[in-house]
Amino acid sequence: MKLPRFSRKTLCIPYAVFLVFFVIIPMLVIFFYAFTDSNMHISFANFIKFFSDPTKLSTIVYSLVIALITTVVCLVIAYPVAYILARSSMKRKFVILMLFVLPMWINFVLRVNALRELFNLLASLKGLEWIAGSNYFKTVFGMVYDFLPFMILPLYTTMLKIDPSLYEASADLGASGFTTFTRVTIPLSMPGIMSGVTMVFLPSMTNYVVSDMLGNAKVTIIGKFISDYFGNDWHMGSMIALVLLVVVFVSTWLTGGFKSEENVRGANL
Amino acid sequence: MAEHIIELQNVTKYYDDNLVIDNVSFYVNKGEFITFLGPSGCGKTTTLRMIAGFDLPTSGKILLNGQDISLLPPNRRPVNTVFQRYALFPHLNVFENIAFGLKCKRVANTYENDKGERYTKKEKLSKKEISDKVKKALEIVDLEGFEKRSISTLSGGQQQRVAIARAIVNEPEILLLDEPLGALDLKMRKEMQIELKEMHRRLGITFIYVTHDQEEALTMSDTIIVMADGVVQQIGTPTKIYNEPANTFVADFIGESNIFNGTVVGDKKVKFCGKTFDCLDEFEKGEPADVVVRPEDILMTSPDKGTLIGDVISVVFKGIHYEITAQVGKYELVINSTESRNVGERIGMNIAPDGIHLMKPKYTSNIFDGVITKRNTVRFADGEFDCDVTQLYPGSHIDEEDYLITATGEKIDLTDTEVKVEVGLNDIEISDDAEAGGTTGRIISIIYKGDHYRLIVRTEEEEEDFVFATDDLWNENDLVSVIIPKDKIKLTLKHTEEKKR
Repeated sequence: MKLPRFSRKTLCIPYAVFLVFFVIIPMLVIFFYAFTDSNMHISFANFIKFFSDPTKLSTIVYSLVIALITTVVCLVIAYPVAYILARSSMKRKFVILMLFVLPMWINFVLRVNALRELFNLLASLKGLEWIAGSNYFKTVFGMVYDFLPFMILPLYTTMLKIDPSLYEASADLGASGFTTFTRVTIPLSMPGIMSGVTMVFLPSMTNYVVSDMLGNAKVTIIGKFISDYFGNDWHMGSMIALVLLVVVFVSTWLTGGFKSEENVRGANL
Repeated sequence: MAEHIIELQNVTKYYDDNLVIDNVSFYVNKGEFITFLGPSGCGKTTTLRMIAGFDLPTSGKILLNGQDISLLPPNRRPVNTVFQRYALFPHLNVFENIAFGLKCKRVANTYENDKGERYTKKEKLSKKEISDKVKKALEIVDLEGFEKRSISTLSGGQQQRVAIARAIVNEPEILLLDEPLGALDLKMRKEMQIELKEMHRRLGITFIYVTHDQEEALTMSDTIIVMADGVVQQIGTPTKIYNEPANTFVADFIGESNIFNGTVVGDKKVKFCGKTFDCLDEFEKGEPADVVVRPEDILMTSPDKGTLIGDVISVVFKGIHYEITAQVGKYELVINSTESRNVGERIGMNIAPDGIHLMKPKYTSNIFDGVITKRNTVRFADGEFDCDVTQLYPGSHIDEEDYLITATGEKIDLTDTEVKVEVGLNDIEISDDAEAGGTTGRIISIIYKGDHYRLIVRTEEEEEDFVFATDDLWNENDLVSVIIPKDKIKLTLKHTEEKKR
């Protein structure tokens, strides 16, 4: 009797099954719900409703703005840290890097809760009462706190790979420290910037746990919106999810996330 | 007199606690092609980096045209570097790489305004000027039409040329080259050597070149600075360095050499290999000397006409000559000749007086600072050795409690006594069993002296050197333990010496 041939293709079967059941079918279901009405008839009503409803559009824009600010703040904080750590000859620099990354290992909800309590405590102090009402500030703060490691790590690994003699070559050719930074350091760390931005920007658009817990449920970002709709109207919820998918797709494309260049992928976590 | 474009005055450099450059002084004439030559770790690259400004000297001065530039940052020095691994910017194409320095440049231009007043303005070079200069630089390195190419598509040799173009396009006063041909294959390297030399002639600027390849240094340089261990060993023209090496290190490092221990036996007469030869160097009678003879300076004759008579033990064809090794008694001599001989053949050998170079030996014995321990052993050079402490006080002996009893019956505790330790060049043995000896170290130098090897072992912590002769062949950088027989350690008290003074 001949045994069935066991080939490399056979190994792919479990993954194919997984992809079909947990990625392709759910996507089709979302697509189906988005373009049907409550009687399961094909309808563009949700599509039209979404783009004619100022609240929904403004929530999308609002989410984008929050995500953008979070990303910029993360980048501004992470870049010098990564630069200094990557270029220093400190023996214990790995420990410092670890300290920045360590919070990732503690449960995320717990950390955000702790941050909320900390804000409450600060708000009870004289002169700091404004904190209680500044939901917007607290949300961005929480997101930056949460996503900072995702910005530092890819930046650090990219900068570590830059040959130090390139900095020397730049200085040798007459470039000042600032010129070297803008014409050598930044361009060469671009893959790290891109992957850091992708990894912070996209989650901070949808992660509504932070905005819920720190923003007193007053800051509604698009993730929250979808979750709310899935309580009663799956069709509208699916439509918003689909629009978000398109936004994510476009922003990934814009930041070059689809380029399969080695250095871009290598900079990812 | 030629102008000194760069001058180092007593430059010393430490990395952390390691001394890498030890009080180096020299000058470079304007327009010269000068080479720093030495084995890896000799400090040649560090010296170059200090001239470029990437490293700052711990002490001492670097003068450029008489101005102290020791602490000036690299971007303010009129020098450019061709890096060992080129250091081309991977995100820029060939044109942008070469134009990098030009775009950073500001030129002072003088204008006249409406009122007829003259004023100067620091301005960037125009696009046209930049592209003209880049084009010219590409012509010099033979890469016309490569402007748009990306760096990663270039071969090693082409990258090398781009690196040179990127440096010379800035019209530096000095071009620094840090082993620029190291990554190229032999044929390519030979071609680039000739091209670089030609480029030097055409540009008329000073080239400072770093290499560990002695042939490269001899081919290209006007002046060679031989370095070893952070110290300048010799400065001179290639001919002078080859024909009149200053010490056995230079003789051994540059070209092939036969090195022997000799003794001066009279006026311009030296004895080595058991025979007496006429030479040109004048030394004191009875003085020991290192004798260096180049393989091509040994002339083969028939056995009856030679001062030295020996048997051929190997013949190797080297292309333009034969390398013949002859055994003369217990000595081995290497001869380069265009004539061949057969293995086993008996030959005679003569050496003309100008083929014999005498040098004062650098080492005559090993001297260390030591301290006597509780157990009456001596501690020096990272280790502890058994020794005879009674030699410190003639007629003394050790009692059962390890105290020293002098001839007059005085009882002395020698613990912590500082002593001078002396060990002869023939009294040291080494072993690859780390436990066998009193201390361990790495072999940093091996020189063959005809019938034995002269080794230097350096301990790792205190960096003390043991110099000695051995018959066995070891490898450089081996970790070995140093064995000294108890009766070969000569001790002298330090404080009594002071009293005598």
